[in-house]
Amino acid sequence: MKKKTIGDLLREHPFFADLEPQVLDVVACCGQNVHFASGELLGREGQEASFFYALRKGRVAIETFVPSRGAVTIETVDAGGVVGWSWLVPPHLWVFDARAVLPVRAIAFDGQCLRSRCETDAAVGHALLRRFAGLLAERLRATRLRLLDVYGHAPR
Amino acid sequence: MQPRPFVVRARRRELADTVTLELTGDAPLPFSPGQFNMLYAFGVGEIAISISGDPAQPEVLRHTVRAVGRVSEALCGLRRGEGVGVRGPYGTPWPVAEAEGLDVLVVAGGLGLAPLRPAILHLIRHRQRYGHLVMCYGARTPADVLYQRELARWQRAMQVEVTVDSPVSGWQGSVGVVTALLPRAAVDPARAVAMVCGPEIMMRFVTRDLLRMGLPPERIYLSMERNMKCAIGLCGHCQLGPAFLCKDGPVLPWSRLAPLLSVREL
Repeated sequence: MKKKTIGDLLREHPFFADLEPQVLDVVACCGQNVHFASGELLGREGQEASFFYALRKGRVAIETFVPSRGAVTIETVDAGGVVGWSWLVPPHLWVFDARAVLPVRAIAFDGQCLRSRCETDAAVGHALLRRFAGLLAERLRATRLRLLDVYGHAPR
Repeated sequence: MQPRPFVVRARRRELADTVTLELTGDAPLPFSPGQFNMLYAFGVGEIAISISGDPAQPEVLRHTVRAVGRVSEALCGLRRGEGVGVRGPYGTPWPVAEAEGLDVLVVAGGLGLAPLRPAILHLIRHRQRYGHLVMCYGARTPADVLYQRELARWQRAMQVEVTVDSPVSGWQGSVGVVTALLPRAAVDPARAVAMVCGPEIMMRFVTRDLLRMGLPPERIYLSMERNMKCAIGLCGHCQLGPAFLCKDGPVLPWSRLAPLLSVREL
């Protein structure tokens, strides 16, 4: 069986599926296949956000360390999702920890490589910004919904 | 509309503030998934509670009740052998017959799983009549996940996705809002029916995402909660615009609800 290229894998991934072919080829140049075992960190708060990850399999917890409580999971990202947006926004440092909860297969994208492609190719920059803006908007909506604590009881 | 006397046959604590009562009466009480009864705690009062039992077992009536007020606290405090008055069943059912031949996506939040349990049991019992079956369920914490032992059983017959808002150490499941589970649902939106129950704000967000996925408004069903009093469409306490939710609902399609829920004064 023919081994799938990064481009093939991107076409199967919901985040990239409808990218223009020429844009997808450029993006694929900055990607590589990676694996993480349960418990491994994909990114650590405060460290350089060199990569972001398009998950193909597994589950990643977005965590932060709270003194006296330890690592607290804020949300999880599953196959078909994307982990990391700090590669795009200065100072390019991870804001939270990202830890594999289940074994993870992903495509890791080199942030510096993609940023330079975005600078030189407006179509690539526009396509990626649109997707990440959508991703951030969706996470903001989800966070706002959680702030409502909808499953809590109404005060009597 | 006199309450019929029923007796508590069994009482199971589901969550810290929630119990399931098994009631038996002098005759079976056939019902359709999604309907509710008026339960009367003698000397305290009467409230509407969805039926959470198996529609194929009408001889045993099950209600899952959360203690949030005087009557529900009294109901939750009932012991085996004690009596309760029952009027019903009332209201419109989940569209389990209309969904035959289609995929079914069940979306529940918190205690909203209780009114959906009869529909899920029906779907599983008649598994061959349906396409893909998926349940997406959101709860506040892992300790607030309702029917935990049953979820594992349901998983053999359908895709079950569970998420919590606040995890505890060791939780390996999903964390986040229930809408985040929807992209994982293996259903074809063009030939799917959605049944949604939970806090109204959650249902609004879920419906928005279901519409975006491509489900038509007439195939997205919500179970609405209002202050049911008479349960027979007379008193108007449960009125939502022209609809009396006790008899026109509680289960209604989004195509009918959308214009009503967009009016904040209703």
